[in-house]
Amino acid sequence: MALFRELDYGTPARTGAPVTVEIDGTPITVPAGTSVMRAAQEAGISVPKLCASDSLEPFGSCRLCTVEIEGRRGYPASCTTPVEAGMKVRTQSPKLAELRRGTMELYISDHPLDCLTCSANGNCELQDMAGVVGLREVRYDPVKTHLAETKDESNPYFTFDPAKCIVCNRCVRACEEVQGTFALTISGRGFDSQVSAGQNEDFLDSECVSCGACVQACPTATLMEKTLIEQGQAERSVTTTCAYCGVGCSFKAEIKGNEVVRMVPNKNGHANHGHACVKGRFAWGYATHPDRIAAPMIRESIHDAWRTVSWDEAIAYTAKRFKDIQAQYGRDSVGGLTSSRCTNEEAYLVQKLVRAAFGNNNVDTCARVCHSPTGYGLKVTLGESAGTQDFDSVLAADVVLVIGANPTDGHPVFGSQLKRRLREGAKLIVADPRGIDLVRSPHVKAEHHLQLRPGSNVALLNSLAHVIVTEGLVDEAFVAERCEAEAFEQWRGFVADPRHSPEAMEELTGVPAASVRAAARLYATGGNAAIYYGLGVTEHSQGSSTVMAIANLAMATGNIGRAGVGVNPLRGQNNVQGSCDMGSFPHELPGYRHVSDPQARAQFEQSWGVSLLDEPGLRIPNMLAAAHAGTFKGIYIQGEDPAQSDPDTQHVTDALKAMECVVVQDLFLNETAKFAHVFLPGASFLEKNGTFTNAERRISPVRKVMPALAGKEDWEVTVALSNALGYPMNYTHPSQIMDEIASLTPTFTGVSYAKLDRLGSIQWPCNDAAPEGTPIMHEDAFVRGKGRFMVTEFIPTEERTSRKRPLILTTGRILSQYNVGAQTRRTANGAWHAEDRLEIHPVDAEDRGINDGDWVSINSRAGETAMRATITERVQPGIVYTTFHHPESGANVITTDNSDWATNCPEYKVTAVQISKVEAPSQWQNEFQAFTHEQLDLLPQIKVVQL
Amino acid sequence: MGMNATQLIKMANQIGAFFASQPDPQQAREDFAQHLKRQWDPQMRSALCTHLDATEGEGLSAFVLEAMQAHREQLEPLARPA
Repeated sequence: MALFRELDYGTPARTGAPVTVEIDGTPITVPAGTSVMRAAQEAGISVPKLCASDSLEPFGSCRLCTVEIEGRRGYPASCTTPVEAGMKVRTQSPKLAELRRGTMELYISDHPLDCLTCSANGNCELQDMAGVVGLREVRYDPVKTHLAETKDESNPYFTFDPAKCIVCNRCVRACEEVQGTFALTISGRGFDSQVSAGQNEDFLDSECVSCGACVQACPTATLMEKTLIEQGQAERSVTTTCAYCGVGCSFKAEIKGNEVVRMVPNKNGHANHGHACVKGRFAWGYATHPDRIAAPMIRESIHDAWRTVSWDEAIAYTAKRFKDIQAQYGRDSVGGLTSSRCTNEEAYLVQKLVRAAFGNNNVDTCARVCHSPTGYGLKVTLGESAGTQDFDSVLAADVVLVIGANPTDGHPVFGSQLKRRLREGAKLIVADPRGIDLVRSPHVKAEHHLQLRPGSNVALLNSLAHVIVTEGLVDEAFVAERCEAEAFEQWRGFVADPRHSPEAMEELTGVPAASVRAAARLYATGGNAAIYYGLGVTEHSQGSSTVMAIANLAMATGNIGRAGVGVNPLRGQNNVQGSCDMGSFPHELPGYRHVSDPQARAQFEQSWGVSLLDEPGLRIPNMLAAAHAGTFKGIYIQGEDPAQSDPDTQHVTDALKAMECVVVQDLFLNETAKFAHVFLPGASFLEKNGTFTNAERRISPVRKVMPALAGKEDWEVTVALSNALGYPMNYTHPSQIMDEIASLTPTFTGVSYAKLDRLGSIQWPCNDAAPEGTPIMHEDAFVRGKGRFMVTEFIPTEERTSRKRPLILTTGRILSQYNVGAQTRRTANGAWHAEDRLEIHPVDAEDRGINDGDWVSINSRAGETAMRATITERVQPGIVYTTFHHPESGANVITTDNSDWATNCPEYKVTAVQISKVEAPSQWQNEFQAFTHEQLDLLPQIKVVQL
Repeated sequence: MGMNATQLIKMANQIGAFFASQPDPQQAREDFAQHLKRQWDPQMRSALCTHLDATEGEGLSAFVLEAMQAHREQLEPLARPA
């Protein structure tokens, strides 16, 4: 149980040398730079305040926090006055009380006195301060007030009531300092001063990204969550971890009964430090959406009606189907998929079920289609399949290279942290085919935007390396001490070849050579340089080569092994890192130990009491191919939706149709479930215990907030299925699963629920050498010993444009939606992104007679779909772009079977297409609609249990 | 094995293209074979070997052919219990 209300120290903590002051006679020692207000609070003395919050820099506007300081004239604001050695402060005196009451009286004279019916009643700082200062009367009867101002209810999640605003600026400062969007301002002067979104627009129409930092900062009911207005103040809170992106924000779920009232980001969360985004803070309503399926269902054929059954019947039926299939087609004819949206413990159990109960290694996870090249490339070069830093490391970076990532959309809370560092002066290089927001946004401007052509990452990175090597910018001492000498010399010779020069590569990458040279010099000589990358790196035919090329750059410049530097993969989903750590790949046991490693296998065999196979199993695309060929017949899919998320949709759905038993465990009847024979209802992150591991290797607790809608947490379902298959599992709580993981995984040896409760979160490796975890890896030596430079020859993708398909389609995501959209589409986030659209450059649109908003066909060698066009210069001529959040858009109908050479990660980022104006949906879309209607009709009439 | 030869050939050639670019040709051939052994399901390796035997490696790049011939024993599935 979390503390319901956290102490607010008024101003942020500082880190200067110790200074001792005396406050109300109490000596207190604090770091230099600390405000008098904060020093007082640390001494247990609360100074009244309204405009101050320890999440914001001091502002000094409300005049409520005035104090007296011996030897000084006047009544300084304690929030903006830093401590000085020997300072003697009084926080209470008759004069101070008079001043504060006078200030409060002015505030209240223009504030509605509707406290009893106000949504902030019970949690209002203005109300609290009125009580603290002893306000007993308001003598003014102003002829002009703000009380009749109109409430802005345009935002789906919160309201803005200017009548209740005290113009303390906290919301404006939160938007600037915490979020970095600068959407809010104080417009007008004097009496006319008021909080304004954008150019006096509604919140929904403004540049506001609905992160909610303003709502959290507001001391009154001016900015208030609609859920809280409807439900009232919560009764208790539970600290848990967000189930959206790989940032893994810690939240306090505020609850009344079993209903969430609101999600408040945890000030002590190590990944997010009290910040959140529109998804994590607001878009949790999917957990109680009427589309949730709350009872198990089975059917013989995908054209049969679903039959609701008991858990026992569903589990027994599933186990029998799998057993029968294995008896008929062989042990290798079945497999399973773990989920990057489920917990570590659940992923661990699914892979254990596959290896121990199915008796094969046919287990894979959705990291296959996102960050599998990260695991491969970083393991080869650095020795560990994970990012090297913690998120806070960016605050020590002087140069940041963002390549193939869009943090302000995909990882917004980290994006805000990055923007804060950029506003402090760090330099930014963006390598991206699109003009992402980071290239130019308020108070942020990239020094260099290397607007490369999709598919030319390796060529660009080699040319950056060429400049570093040929201009003498290598950190020779670091390389000599930390890296394999022979491999480095081979690499040095390779990239020094003139064919890798920026000038030679310019035609191929489309990036001016001068920009490449300048960017390389900045990266190599600008101080601490950090690389952040995303799926724009991995989802290519050379994804693994690109990851290795990134590691090469970091090693060559000595930018690894300390704060402010490193190689940082921004993981897409909340538990991509964790699901990979847990042995979800067919060739690796938990902890990334290869199945052929006899020592590792022996450990697991002894613990699990079974013999394990020493050869890799099938990856997802291999399973699908085998299904097409008739040798793979059954699959257990927990929390994934390959029918929407994987490339070449028709290939995927044909494979699912070819199977005899598709088991989907999910919250909703997702696209894959429409091809399923068994549906096992899943539990949302609010309904379970466990852990998630974020992009910085941080293991964070997931704690149950409400009962599981269908009566079982996901791990319990896997336990039941394994038992029915004849392989006993006897866990009664996920902590026991974590204990087993810790006993078998060297990087998790020191992890336990008790330690997680004590520390809040832990970054692995956590073992005897690092009992409280490892924020930064490879500090003294690489995990593999010496770092290994790899030669990364540019090999063009086989996906080429042609006269028939002259444009390159690349795909990505948007802030308000998440992955396949199964969660966010069932929230009010549709207000910002109700459909996927095709971004096309004005020149390409004009050539085709396309106007903004027109329906256009997108045709590739894999298929055809249609969506509406958005004409924008964010994309280059020759490049088009879309998202894949809505299944009816069919973005993956177009993407092809091309994949990364090492890992089969699909090449989502490069598809040759033709675009043309159309008036009707594609044939695939018509068939999709018909099939969807058929499947919805086959659902039982009453499928939902309301909470 | 279910995967058709065309897919396996394409994948093998892609992997081969990476290793063919590595500085030491002999090591690269061995690393290619090791990659298949460590990453591919044995049935996929077996199917590729069958294709090699049946067609003399039709569609496979010269590097892949050489690597498979030099390290054939690594590509064969290990004996396993039924």
